[in-house]
Amino acid sequence: MVENRPFVTILAHLVLIFGVALVALPVWITFVGASHDGARMLQAPIPMWPGDQFFVNLRQTFLGNGLDGTRTAPVWMMMFNSLVMAMMIAVGKIAISLLSAYAIVYFKFPFRMGVFWMIFITLMLPVEVRILPTFEVIADLGMLNSYWGLTVPLIASATATFMFRQVFLTIPDEMLESARIDGAGPMRFFWDILLPLSRTNIAALFVILFIYGWNQYLWPLLITTDANMMTIVVSIKQMLEASEQTPQWNIIMMTALLAMVPPIIVVIAMQRLFVKGLTETDK
Amino acid sequence: MLKRVHFPPSLLPYLLVAPQVIITVVFFIWPASQAVYQSFLVEDAFGLSTEFVWFENFTYLWNSRQYLDTFGRTIYFSAAVAFLSMSFALILAGFADRVIRGSTIYRTLLIWPYAVAPVLAGALWLFMFNPTLGIIPFMLDNVGYDWNHYLNGNQAMCLVIIAAAWKQVAYNFLFYLAAMQSIPKSIIEAAAIDGAGPFRRFATVIFPLISPTTFFLLVVNAVYAFFETFGIIHAVTQGGPANATTTLVYKVYNDGFIGLDLGGSAAQSVILMILVIAMTVVQFRFIEKRVQY
Amino acid sequence: MAEIKLDSLTKTYGPTQVLYHVHADIEDGEFVVIVGPSGCGKSTLLRMIAGLESITTGEVSIGDKVVNGLEPADRDIAMVFQNYALYPHMSVRQNMAYGLKIRKQPKAEIERRVQEAADILEIGQYLDRKPRQLSGGQRQRVAMGRAIVRDPQVFLFDEPLSNLDAKLRVQMRLEIRKLQKRLGVTSIFVTHDQVEAMTLGDRLMVLNAGYVEQFGTPIELYDRPATIFVAGFIGSPAMNFLPATAANGTVTLGNGVSLPGADGVSGPVTFGIRPEHLVPDDTGPIRVCVQLFEALGANTLLHGVLEGTETAVVVSLPGHVTLEPGETRSFSAPPAAQHLFDSDSGARIEP
Ligand SMILES: Nc1ncnc2c1ncn2[C@@H]1O[C@H](COP(=O)(O)OP(=O)(O)O)[C@@H](O)[C@H]1O
Ligand SMILES: [Mg+2]
Repeated sequence: MVENRPFVTILAHLVLIFGVALVALPVWITFVGASHDGARMLQAPIPMWPGDQFFVNLRQTFLGNGLDGTRTAPVWMMMFNSLVMAMMIAVGKIAISLLSAYAIVYFKFPFRMGVFWMIFITLMLPVEVRILPTFEVIADLGMLNSYWGLTVPLIASATATFMFRQVFLTIPDEMLESARIDGAGPMRFFWDILLPLSRTNIAALFVILFIYGWNQYLWPLLITTDANMMTIVVSIKQMLEASEQTPQWNIIMMTALLAMVPPIIVVIAMQRLFVKGLTETDK
Repeated sequence: MLKRVHFPPSLLPYLLVAPQVIITVVFFIWPASQAVYQSFLVEDAFGLSTEFVWFENFTYLWNSRQYLDTFGRTIYFSAAVAFLSMSFALILAGFADRVIRGSTIYRTLLIWPYAVAPVLAGALWLFMFNPTLGIIPFMLDNVGYDWNHYLNGNQAMCLVIIAAAWKQVAYNFLFYLAAMQSIPKSIIEAAAIDGAGPFRRFATVIFPLISPTTFFLLVVNAVYAFFETFGIIHAVTQGGPANATTTLVYKVYNDGFIGLDLGGSAAQSVILMILVIAMTVVQFRFIEKRVQY
Repeated sequence: MAEIKLDSLTKTYGPTQVLYHVHADIEDGEFVVIVGPSGCGKSTLLRMIAGLESITTGEVSIGDKVVNGLEPADRDIAMVFQNYALYPHMSVRQNMAYGLKIRKQPKAEIERRVQEAADILEIGQYLDRKPRQLSGGQRQRVAMGRAIVRDPQVFLFDEPLSNLDAKLRVQMRLEIRKLQKRLGVTSIFVTHDQVEAMTLGDRLMVLNAGYVEQFGTPIELYDRPATIFVAGFIGSPAMNFLPATAANGTVTLGNGVSLPGADGVSGPVTFGIRPEHLVPDDTGPIRVCVQLFEALGANTLLHGVLEGTETAVVVSLPGHVTLEPGETRSFSAPPAAQHLFDSDSGARIEP
């Protein structure tokens, strides 16, 4: 701090604490909502302090058959689907981006720039702008209601490819030359040298992509018609709809809580990697 | 671009890029070109015959009051989301940059909403604003204001803006804080010696110096509000009441999947694609600039 | 062990040519230094020998084998890079063992050879450290170790000492020299530092803008530089060059002073004399106006101009000498220390 002004410092803390409280408020309400019984959650004003039903609700939500009046699967199953989807997307994106960045940086081959631009184009084609035709492709390939259909179309990634390209370009040329003199072939160099040197970047990207994958909404909404394939994030919508007939806010709030806790834990537990990933991939 | 030494020619690089290229062609380029093709077609009500109509779908959109309103609304929505979340983040980052001890704690406490899916953000705020149960309508009622976003379009818009902005505060805060922390301390000290107090320093030194970050975040927030808020709208308002919260992406989905108007939906997709391309170009420009400070 | 033959090597990058017809026969066990200013093509030449850079025309042979078409790994060479290029995620031991592991040597054999190399280089106690935990000098040793464990036919060094501080550089230079003699492995060493080149090499190849100016022993290069470039590059402080005219067996300097010179030469020439070869002599023909002097302890450097001209002259005087700026001193130039160069081509004119 440049100068000593206790007043400004105290003000700074007050504003920040207020800001944190404001940002946390919706989640606090959700947590409180998830800790009361269903009847209490139907009386206005709703409580601001947690009740004692949290674990009862947790049990009922996690293991139960979903909300009355919805077609959702048990929450544990939807969380499992979300986990599989998030992992497949994160691992898949990282794997194919690593490979293509490797080819683009370390090999000279015809169409190299063509491939580079083709990957670049994917940046300009988010799912949202090609919803219907992509859905048709998946339907034609018989990939509806499958993990493959959920994940493969989201796996191509210009962002990740460019990030790895950047990482590889900062690795000194001598690393490859030295490895070649040592007798390492292309795949050996990739495994023994390049992968270990990109470790933290891979981890940082994994954090970002796990969150990205877990939070997918539009795509799973289109691809999964079978309740057993539904992801937990998508199920919230169904629950909200059902709440108009049978409001069971304690269960809905518990489901919302379960849907957001895994990615939040990832962000907080791996904050350094998260920040690195976010600032280095910022498209 | 390329290493000065590379491996001898072989099939390997093709194998390495194959997965990416195949996925890109099958799930990106092919569908996108289908969208372009379909945007020139009109299908009859029963899906039995299609007719090639050139730009008719586009001229229809151009003349459609509803589409133009949606366009304007989306821009309004994006601007509001960007302004709200960026200014809130800027204030918090400005104060967090000032506190020496604890700025990382505040960072931890402020960045986690990034991990919350937009649709969940929508659900959380929907509950807070629930006309019968939510605490905010309850408080508003005490001051004599009646809240019901199921009926009032402006209130519905307000709700989705707040939900969308809330989630984005984390991202903006992180980038603002990083930008402020990368300003050399000596510049701030020089300003202090020149007699500028903390608020004045912020307005006349810090804020101008981080303007590249502001531009960058403007683009990122616009892209977010345009494309990634579908979940919020879909879950919270379904575009209603009376289309008051229908954005471009929601309309593409709605006209295509619910309304089954293939040509119209495809034409809208093509317009969105052009928008994305424009935004990407702008974004890359700013990233280049951003590196320089 | 092997001799190396470079036969008319040429290198072009697109339209720009960076090496012109380089020839050399390097004997088995010889230590050759390639020296020249930066950008002259030294690294390119070394990397062509290593197989890291394609050969535009010409041939490289190692042993009796033409290696143009061979991968670097198959040329039986080892290379030490300027930035060492140690694998940062591997321990010193793993760094040194990597090439042997790829060649599928038995574990015990790898262990034995790593230990042996570590003993030679005295890095035994660092074997389990990562490169980032080592000092510059230690990294340099590890890079050397990585080269010697493989027991290659040829060592290639690309300015391996330029990242070290001055003192360490001198020390490592001596160690490299000793090590090379002890192992007897044919070595090629690239540097832009002429002192390093003179002290290390059995023979020096002076490269300038892609051309080999001279290839010979340090003493040959010092005593009989083939071109003005070599004459100016080798030796410190650099040789004095005085424009002159030759006719009838005399050389006339710019101020009209004549010296006995080569027969059969006439026209403009460049007269060269090393600062340490000008002998104080009150009746000497070469009169120098003192501008300033540097007392270096062991010797004193006089900076001045040739009387009556603007041509700068440096003289190295043994011991302490006190000089007055503005005064004029006289020197003689022993005939054996005089050099004459053709002013146009820069080539040496033999007396
Ligand atoms: N890949 C390349 N493409 C074009 N020119 C190059 C390339 N590599 C080196 N050069 C040029 O070749 C010349 C010799 O380079 P180099 O061998 O690295 O010089 P040095 O003697 O300093 O080691 C330089 O002028 C350099 O600009
Ligand atoms: Mg070099």
